[in-house]
Amino acid sequence: MNLAVIPVAASVSEWSDSFLERLPLLARDWMTSWLPEPWRWLVNSLLSIAVILSVFGLLFAYVTLAERKILGRIQNRPGPNRTPIPFTKLRFFGLAQPFADGVKSLTKEDVVPRGADHLLHFLAPVVLLAFSILTFAVIPYGRHLVPVELNAGVLYFFAAGAATELAVFMAGWASRNKYSLLAAMRALAQLISYELPLLLAWVPVVLVAGTLSTTEIVAAQSGWQFNVIPHWYVFTPWGAAGFAIFMIAALAESNRSPFDLPEAESELIAGHLTEYSGFKYALFFMAEYFGMIALSGMAITLFLGGWHAPSPYLEFIPSYVWFMGKLSALLLGFIWIRATFPRLRMDQLTRFAWKFLVPLALINLGNAAFWSLSLHWSGPLQILRWLISVLVVVGPFVLLGRKLSAGVAPRVYRYAV
Amino acid sequence: MTAALVLIAVFTLATAAVALSLRNLIHSALLLIASWFGIAAFYLWAGAEFVAFAQVLVYVGAVSMVVLFAVLLTRRSRADTVIAPDSVARAISAVITGVAVFGVLVAAILKSSLGRLSPAGVPALPGGTSVSPVIFAPTATVREIGIQLMSTHAAALLIIGILLTVALLGAVVLAAQDGSESKQESP
Repeated sequence: MNLAVIPVAASVSEWSDSFLERLPLLARDWMTSWLPEPWRWLVNSLLSIAVILSVFGLLFAYVTLAERKILGRIQNRPGPNRTPIPFTKLRFFGLAQPFADGVKSLTKEDVVPRGADHLLHFLAPVVLLAFSILTFAVIPYGRHLVPVELNAGVLYFFAAGAATELAVFMAGWASRNKYSLLAAMRALAQLISYELPLLLAWVPVVLVAGTLSTTEIVAAQSGWQFNVIPHWYVFTPWGAAGFAIFMIAALAESNRSPFDLPEAESELIAGHLTEYSGFKYALFFMAEYFGMIALSGMAITLFLGGWHAPSPYLEFIPSYVWFMGKLSALLLGFIWIRATFPRLRMDQLTRFAWKFLVPLALINLGNAAFWSLSLHWSGPLQILRWLISVLVVVGPFVLLGRKLSAGVAPRVYRYAV
Repeated sequence: MTAALVLIAVFTLATAAVALSLRNLIHSALLLIASWFGIAAFYLWAGAEFVAFAQVLVYVGAVSMVVLFAVLLTRRSRADTVIAPDSVARAISAVITGVAVFGVLVAAILKSSLGRLSPAGVPALPGGTSVSPVIFAPTATVREIGIQLMSTHAAALLIIGILLTVALLGAVVLAAQDGSESKQESP
């Protein structure tokens, strides 16, 4: 149950066991070496939990800051920039802002409506946060860094993520507020609708990799074509389509803009968060960001080669740095999308999921089956294989898109200038 | 190991019992979900990883939503979620249903070939986690379950799939009966 040493993948390079690569393990062993043997694994697991919580807690804090700064930059304003380091006048672009936010939310009054179901009102953010933290357990962060090795790791990840719906319902129902309940129903409709494309998007990966274990999926993506193109699944036609579907569904699952209808503040005040204040509100936000980070980590594991370096010449950089780099890139993508896309309408939202994403994901599943059946094709057949696979991705996309947007798009805004 | 089993069993049974005794339907439903979690924990305890995670994914993720939606959509007001005390007829029908389901499950367990299933014919996983030959507890790796479902039990799988599809279509037909009125104008 601790940071297990994975059997190194097929392409063993001289960097795979370098000092930097094993640094986290060495640090852990150095810290726990004085303990008697039966206690060591327990302390080791506790240490991994502590590291995950602190690393992703800090990442959460700074993603919120980055989000506010980047949104500010895109909207032509400075964003938070006035929080100094305590007792000094050093501002550093407002780098202390997350801690000020944390202190603020901790010291705020926690208001619970008189008619609310007190126990459920209290439990909802706890359940949400607990389950979103659980999802971090199976993601391989580096060559030697997997908190828990599970035979069915991918399934575990999505099973733990499934409980978020429950927490949203609890929050909406326990608040005893019509906006909360309406928003909870909306949120559930959205979460259930996008659960399907999310699950269907990673099934092709499992199909081709032949395993549900996250470490083995990462190992299956090792190596490079002609020493240039990595064997990541995103560089195959079905993988690219699956990645796109996965990221769209992940956007919706983490309630991010343009799918932030459950907390559409112009219609529903703050959705299921209306009756939450103080630290419980902060916990909801924390869980939302944790969910976003975990889904990005899973997308990296499934499609972007996990901790693998994009080029054999860049392998001297340790694997966990690559993972964190990819994670930051995806999170920046999330922020960028939030800044640039308008919010969808409810009917557009569900129609997009059921009429567009689900059929495409199903077709993509067939595409992946073709890809794994034509594994032995070589020479000119290889080109044919790529051509067929690309056609199976692009054809339905174009046809379905045209059919669904017929009579609706492109829109002409006659009075808006 | 036994202590863990006792804990899991007490948790599962206690939540189920409290769910039965509560008058608030939403609370009952949520406790029922906690009980499903207990069952998933039991599967994990028994070494059936895949079934445990599938249990959480399906029951906690999906079936719970169906239950909660059903409770919310079939009540007229919020106070209505607190149901009236039992009548004799309800108690009798509950007992009959419960005994029938219990009987079917016990018969299925007794008739199943559990323990006689040999994992010898299944290849080991590529990652090196070989299938350990335990005599009475058949190891159920994901690959083995997949092969079993797609070969031996393919017919059952297809029939269940068709059944669920029919149920889904039936639900849609029932829900969309007043289609002409609620059909909204296209923008």
